[in-house]
Amino acid sequence: MTAVEVQQTPTAPEAAAAPAGTGGLLRRVLGRIVVGVLAVVLLVFILGPLVWMALVAFSKRWKAPALLPQSWTLDAWRNVFTTTPLGHAFMLSLIFAVAATLGSALICLPAAYAIGRSNFPGRRVILLGLFATNAFPKMGLFTSIATLFYGLHLMNTALGVVIVQLLGTVVIMTWIPSAAFAAVPPSLIEAARDAGAGPLRVFFTVTLRLAAPGISVALILAFLACFDEAQGSYLVGAPTYITMPTQMYSLVENYPEQAAAVFALVLTVPSVLLLLLVRKHVMGGHLAEGFQLR
Amino acid sequence: MTTAPGSDRSDGLRLSGISKVLGGRTIVEKMELQVSPGELLCLLGPSGCGKTTTLRMIGGFLNPDAGRLTINGVDHTHSKPERRPTAMVFQNYALWPHMSVAKNIGFGLKVRKLSADKIRQKVDWALDLLGLQHHRETMPARISGGEQQRVALARALVLEPEVLLMDEPLSNLDAKLRVQVRETIREIQQRLGITTVFVTHDQEEALSIADRIAVMNNGRIEQLAAPAELYARPRTTFVAGFIGTMNTLDVGPAGGGVPLDDGALLPCDTFSGAAGDVCWIRPEDLQITEADHAGSVRAVVLRVIPRGHYREVLLQSHGSTLRAFTDGEPDVEQIVGLRATNALVYADDALVQDDEPARPGRAVRAVADSGDRG
Repeated sequence: MTAVEVQQTPTAPEAAAAPAGTGGLLRRVLGRIVVGVLAVVLLVFILGPLVWMALVAFSKRWKAPALLPQSWTLDAWRNVFTTTPLGHAFMLSLIFAVAATLGSALICLPAAYAIGRSNFPGRRVILLGLFATNAFPKMGLFTSIATLFYGLHLMNTALGVVIVQLLGTVVIMTWIPSAAFAAVPPSLIEAARDAGAGPLRVFFTVTLRLAAPGISVALILAFLACFDEAQGSYLVGAPTYITMPTQMYSLVENYPEQAAAVFALVLTVPSVLLLLLVRKHVMGGHLAEGFQLR
Repeated sequence: MTTAPGSDRSDGLRLSGISKVLGGRTIVEKMELQVSPGELLCLLGPSGCGKTTTLRMIGGFLNPDAGRLTINGVDHTHSKPERRPTAMVFQNYALWPHMSVAKNIGFGLKVRKLSADKIRQKVDWALDLLGLQHHRETMPARISGGEQQRVALARALVLEPEVLLMDEPLSNLDAKLRVQVRETIREIQQRLGITTVFVTHDQEEALSIADRIAVMNNGRIEQLAAPAELYARPRTTFVAGFIGTMNTLDVGPAGGGVPLDDGALLPCDTFSGAAGDVCWIRPEDLQITEADHAGSVRAVVLRVIPRGHYREVLLQSHGSTLRAFTDGEPDVEQIVGLRATNALVYADDALVQDDEPARPGRAVRAVADSGDRG
């Protein structure tokens, strides 16, 4: 029904052009409908797979034409929680993700500062080069990394997993903070120097403080990327180090699809929790706290 | 020059032969400038004249390529901004958005490792001085532009700098507030007797706030003088054109008057010099008289622009368009008489200044009248 109305919109404005009053109203109503339809489509697109996954996780039998599963069960949940070392995998994921994120911050933030606040020759090349690393297929990169790691005796080591996760965050950890550093108005830094603060003090009390929202966004994104990283961690860490996402790989292969659905849901929990936790900080206007400066 | 290089106990700010080249262009060229203790000096000029660059060199944000800069006798040519006894008020205020008003003001004191008590005491003094007590804990983004400006000033003053630097501090305020804050700045500057360098491109601002004004053009000081002197005797055509309004007649004086477009003479009482290639006349130095009044030239009123307590009148006289300020109320298209009381004569863009101001007015008034006919 709505589809029919949407198709009418192109002709409607022409017909309504002369009588402005009713035409304007009609156009507004149609506009609302179009926006509403788009919103619903977007919602289904984003939430649909999650809802489907949640339903699968509780279903016992679900055949194609039916909108809902025919019978329900908690078997899959029981299976996952009893037969897999979930706690251990979770702890490993957490440790690796935190280590990789911090390591990445340690390496990338100074680079981001240099790129953001100074104009050295080759600056753009470095930025684009970092970006270009994302252009290659991940699996191909991991294969060559694996050969390298064998030679360096990093295969099946915790350090190896951390490094492979870290590599994936370099772009995020450089691009976003460098933009944040670059956005700090020079006059604020000069004002601090003028007030008598040395370069280090200025960095910690003004520059870093004002770039903090951007840096925390990068930290969060990097952490989530590490936490969800599966291919590299699997290739380098398995079977010694099994993180949550790599665990899922074996679940998908060895268990019925319900178990995989359960695990996928479990895997989303930490990410969702983290995002909820920082939502206020990221979205609460702290980025906009630095008022208008020319 | 009003200041001789005396070696008093307190020397103030001194720039000797300061030059700066940026991107292959000479921004400031061999600048000589001395600001006496307690003086407010304005650097005035169009954008790109080098005034802000000069200020940034005094503040230590730019290093001069040549020359020497001393503050009260101490060489600060190349010292870092944090080591200089200067404090800057930035054009966009540059308040730290993550610190409250009190924290902004107290930051420099904290850096100097003063005790918390001492800091509170000094911050209170600054807040009182600028009437900001009620905004003590407010964040800078929550207060108005005028208040932000006052916080920036308080932040600079609390450090008791030897030289206060202000970079177009009023340019972001609306007209009414600008006058108000300007008076606040001047009042506090005089009360504290603080040596100040104030950069502006607004001549009215400079004239009303400064002890002396340095008019800059292309990296050089064109004239350094007190406001009244600068207005009355602009030494170059650039200064004359930049300060106030001018009637620019591109002919030298002749026969006790200024030849208008078709050769008729505009009678003039006094000239800055006897000979030159242009005569410039301030609008208030043009007098509107009755038509055919003795010692006047005929003119027709083109437009009358009310300016409150006076009127700006555009006149056409013998092919030349002139601008006069008057208290009278002439009508448009009225035929009037016009005479000048004083003209500034320039030769090669420099003011021609005879020791005794030439006074050919009375003697040649007859000539002027006959010129009026032809």
